[in-house]
Amino acid sequence: MTKMNMLQAINNALDTAMAEDERVLCFGEDVGVFGGVFRATSNLQQKYGKARCFNTPLVEQGIIGFANGLAAQGSVPVAEIQFADYIFPAFDQIVNESAKFRYRSGNLFNVGGLTIRAPYGGGIAGGLYHSQSPEAYFAHTPGLKIVVPRNPHQAKGLLLGAIHDPNPTLFFEPKRLYRASVGEVPDEDYRLPLGEAEITKEGTDVTVLGWGAQMEVIDQAVERAEKDGISCEVIDLRTILPWDVETVANSVFKTGRLVVTHEAPLTGGFAGEIAATIQERCFLYLESPIARVTGMDTPFPLVLEKEHLPNHLKVYEAIRASVEF
Amino acid sequence: MTTTKSKVVYSPVFTDGAEFHIPTFKILKQDGKLYKSAKAPDLDKDKALRIYRAMVTTRILDERMLAAQRQGRLSFYMQCTGEEAAVIGSAAALDDNDMIMAQYREQGALAYRGFAIDEFMNQLFGNELDYGKGRQMPVHYGSVQLNYMTISSPLATQIPQATGYAYGQKLRGEGHCTITYFGEGAASEGDFHAALNMAAVHRVPVIFLCRNNGYAISTPATEQFAADGVAPRAYGYKMDVIRVDGNDILAMYQATQEARKLAVEHNRPVLIEAMSYRLAAHSSSDDPSGYRSKDEEAVWREKDPILRMRLWLESKKWWSEDDEKQLQETMRREVLETMKRAQKRPPPPLETLVSDVYDEVPPSLAEQFDKLKAHIRRHPDEYPKSAEHAKGGA
Repeated sequence: MTKMNMLQAINNALDTAMAEDERVLCFGEDVGVFGGVFRATSNLQQKYGKARCFNTPLVEQGIIGFANGLAAQGSVPVAEIQFADYIFPAFDQIVNESAKFRYRSGNLFNVGGLTIRAPYGGGIAGGLYHSQSPEAYFAHTPGLKIVVPRNPHQAKGLLLGAIHDPNPTLFFEPKRLYRASVGEVPDEDYRLPLGEAEITKEGTDVTVLGWGAQMEVIDQAVERAEKDGISCEVIDLRTILPWDVETVANSVFKTGRLVVTHEAPLTGGFAGEIAATIQERCFLYLESPIARVTGMDTPFPLVLEKEHLPNHLKVYEAIRASVEF
Repeated sequence: MTTTKSKVVYSPVFTDGAEFHIPTFKILKQDGKLYKSAKAPDLDKDKALRIYRAMVTTRILDERMLAAQRQGRLSFYMQCTGEEAAVIGSAAALDDNDMIMAQYREQGALAYRGFAIDEFMNQLFGNELDYGKGRQMPVHYGSVQLNYMTISSPLATQIPQATGYAYGQKLRGEGHCTITYFGEGAASEGDFHAALNMAAVHRVPVIFLCRNNGYAISTPATEQFAADGVAPRAYGYKMDVIRVDGNDILAMYQATQEARKLAVEHNRPVLIEAMSYRLAAHSSSDDPSGYRSKDEEAVWREKDPILRMRLWLESKKWWSEDDEKQLQETMRREVLETMKRAQKRPPPPLETLVSDVYDEVPPSLAEQFDKLKAHIRRHPDEYPKSAEHAKGGA
């Protein structure tokens, strides 16, 4: 065990994967000698050489097109998109190519080795274009997996899980926690399962569900709610696609209440999908409407970021409202 | 900071690139004789005949399958007609282990590699033997054994993928390269620029083969770009480039052979612009009479690449009238017979609707599938293709 922040844990996961398998390659804008603008790929070029860790030209559609080809060839590419806000030039390569490669070829070819890393989310005064959470766009695309870690231990285990998963995986990293989140991380290789949510705290009155940086917000809100005598069950979804319906439904069978929270805007956000599925599964067990606490339906603001975001106070209010309905 | 040493001037000087004139490489005249100062490439009889047979096979397949589409047997078809030399001449210059990442009009390359007529037909009819499990429209072929990446409809997406694939080949160090085909229309996509730039920067063994066939559906090349074709773009990426008469099988073969050497032996990606003409419609859904003249088509029909090669083969005494007759008859018969067989085969099983989305069917999809099967069991007559398959399971 070593104490690491989330960036160090991600760097350690990449280092672990590259040391074990020479087919693993890391590339993207500024990923080479500089180690990425956040330093997630620090020292990897120095350690594994320029052929395996390198800068690319500034062209996201090219990075992912290149990565798709590499994965089809049998390499294990870990491509970095510098900010999730800039993933959209690669939307076609991800949605029409990565996601459909196996299906359209009848499993003759696949890009299962592909992992795309991208820092996402607000809280860093990043404004419109350094703050977005684009997971829902991709969640509408069968064939992709989408993973979001909440802390350093999860980040290393889930990233190694994603790299070794035989399906193309988007790995969204909560950049607000890159340095803020610190914890004990095993030094060895370990892989956390994709497609499995984790109950991080058991409770009986209400289920509170989120992922990534929002888990910290949930913890603060829950701490306050518990002081009011409300017993909360907290779930980290971890994998957005395909998501773990069973774990969430079983929790709601028990608590009868669900609060879902994410930073992305309300309309078309992934909370809507969760709410629809859970009301279908748990209709007769629900004691109150499923609540969504999310960013507002605006572009991501700058000065009024705090007002926009679903902070712990808004989540706390939603928990109270759900229980008091 | 720039990467080139730039000369300094003290008054504004604009350049328009007019100093770059890209010549067109030709060897074979339409009468089957070589141009005066041209020399035939090193191409033995066996290989020449393998190329020619693939060209004729492609032409016959295209004619028959377009007719089948017109008869309502097939939903859709795309012909390679007029571009057989550009596609097959280039594919023949490669090692059969090199990767081909095509656009959709390159069935000739697959025919050259040895894809059987049966294999074409199974895909076209999307039957139970189609490698693609009936998931894609006709002409979206793929073959692992023949190193031919399954076709994807979105244009140009295969170009940066070819750069990535070839980078992987370079790391593996087995001396293979990738060729990617695309039209002059697709070359306007951002993916084209991304792919060429990355290939040049990372010194990747990839050959970019642009089939400049004059049209992107109805849009003529003159409305696609202002420049002298696609070739000059290579200068901007510092990439080797050659323009070739795409209807000249010998020139296409030799140009690609040399390009392969640059790619594999020197890690220099190459752009080849093959000048040709899409003699057929864009697809079976298109009618060119709305945007181009019969006279224009007639000019290009005179430049038929297959006839040009046949005349050369005959001049070498490698081919005769009888050989031609026999090949035509055999291929026509085989195409008809296999078409009948393929059309009769059952569709892929219902399970193929949900398999291969992921390596395993995730629980929520399995649940949707169970619901679908229960629904089909309630209305078996409405789902004749799958009622039998829906019987099992939940």
